[in-house]
Amino acid sequence: MRVLVDRDLCQGHGVCESEAPAVFAVNKGGVLEVLDESPPESERAGVEAAVSFCPTHALRIQED
Amino acid sequence: MTVDVALREPPKVSGGEAEHGHLEELRHDPIGLMRRTRAECGDVGEFRLAQRDVVLLTGAGANELFFRAPEEVLDQAEAYPFMTPIFGQGVVFDAPPERRREMLHNQALRDKFMRGHAATIAHEVETMVGGWGDAGTIDLLDWFAELTIYTSSACLIGRKFRGELDGRFAALYHDLEKGTDAIAYVDPYAPIDSFRRRDEARVGLVALVQAVMDRRQAEPAPGDEDRDLLDVLMSIREEDGSLRFSTDTVTGMFISMMFAGHHTTSGTAAWTLIELLRHPAELAAVRAELDELAAGGEEVSYQALREMPRLESAIKEALRLHPPLILVLRVAKEDIEVGGYRIAAGKFVGASPAVSNRIPEDFPEPDAFVPERYLEPRAEDRANPWTWIPFGAGRHRCVGAPFAMMQLKAIFSVLLRHWDFELAQPADSYRNDHSKMVVQLAQPCAAHYRRR
Repeated sequence: MRVLVDRDLCQGHGVCESEAPAVFAVNKGGVLEVLDESPPESERAGVEAAVSFCPTHALRIQED
Repeated sequence: MTVDVALREPPKVSGGEAEHGHLEELRHDPIGLMRRTRAECGDVGEFRLAQRDVVLLTGAGANELFFRAPEEVLDQAEAYPFMTPIFGQGVVFDAPPERRREMLHNQALRDKFMRGHAATIAHEVETMVGGWGDAGTIDLLDWFAELTIYTSSACLIGRKFRGELDGRFAALYHDLEKGTDAIAYVDPYAPIDSFRRRDEARVGLVALVQAVMDRRQAEPAPGDEDRDLLDVLMSIREEDGSLRFSTDTVTGMFISMMFAGHHTTSGTAAWTLIELLRHPAELAAVRAELDELAAGGEEVSYQALREMPRLESAIKEALRLHPPLILVLRVAKEDIEVGGYRIAAGKFVGASPAVSNRIPEDFPEPDAFVPERYLEPRAEDRANPWTWIPFGAGRHRCVGAPFAMMQLKAIFSVLLRHWDFELAQPADSYRNDHSKMVVQLAQPCAAHYRRR
């Protein structure tokens, strides 16, 4: 899977960081960094939770 | 943006022949004015507010353009002249998205702070109902307005500062909110009663904050563990040892930090309760959900709050029908084109949650309270990101929205678990007062409570 971010929508709330810390990090300026754009299957549950709980609906998963 | 000068000017809505255009209508029936604008003109229509034209955009396409526009094109800073006397000079109303991201990062609104806030809010609700006895009557506006002064001050400034506040702060704050008459578009300092009370209330708030600061100055400096935002602000000094931030500035910062989350959350809490009491089957569904979580031994925690689809849907539906902000405004900084029309630089441009949230093509039965519309697979909020807009949308979307939803769920988790409520007036007598730019529930708006 691939993780896609709509930068127009992301506000850096950091819900994704809480759900999947190996995949997402919000830096000091509040900017989201995707640490692993093609995370392994073992991260799927966390990434899916990040997508569904993102308060601005800025995340999507694209299947390979 | 280069705009074809041959484009048409937006159509104008009827009425507005008076000196200040549609100002009087905006002060009495703003939703009626905006609905008529859409009915007569479509997605792009114009009314007149004092010396400015306001181009009102409604519908998904026009709203998307509005909410995606950068500040260089649509600017917020000049659009709300009624806020300057409330915040004070030098306290900004809005900031660009980059700065907003930093503020979000710093302002205790990030996800990792929400867990602690949920417990703080539950504690504040329990404190307020602690004096209730077994049964009684509350005024929904006054009660939720006071509660949300305590919750927002506790979460955003600190529990220590909240502990130094009482009902006087809430009452003065309410006078500030009532000082938002649209006459400010002619003169923010016009000699009218609500503006005089606004200015007196601000002086009163500065005095309350001054008293808190004087007490803290007289005490030994707190350790890092006990510091709240006020201690941090007071620790910043000029080279000569005097305080960097005056009491007036500190008060203005606190007023502005609390403003966005106060009347909005307070009004939504009241409307959620009113709508649930008007719709007993919905109330029963929310109750069943809460009781099931309670039976599982769940405290009111952040995790528990995430698993309340029925309560969350009821809140979303109250927000759709009774959005706390009915009109959001920008100023066009350059000529722009929308739907074949030219909006000239200098005009106001508006989007209306009150109108867009009830577009029947997007929200079937638009005037009915139907929380089911948010459950899968309908999910009408996610399906209509540019018309389900109680929090705005896109880059300017309310950064406090997740905090607000969490707060509302925490409030009702406590209230509905232990208390029964009943409307104390005819169900159709509850309405909003639209005479000010800050919309509030019109009084009387009473409800009875009884311990379960």
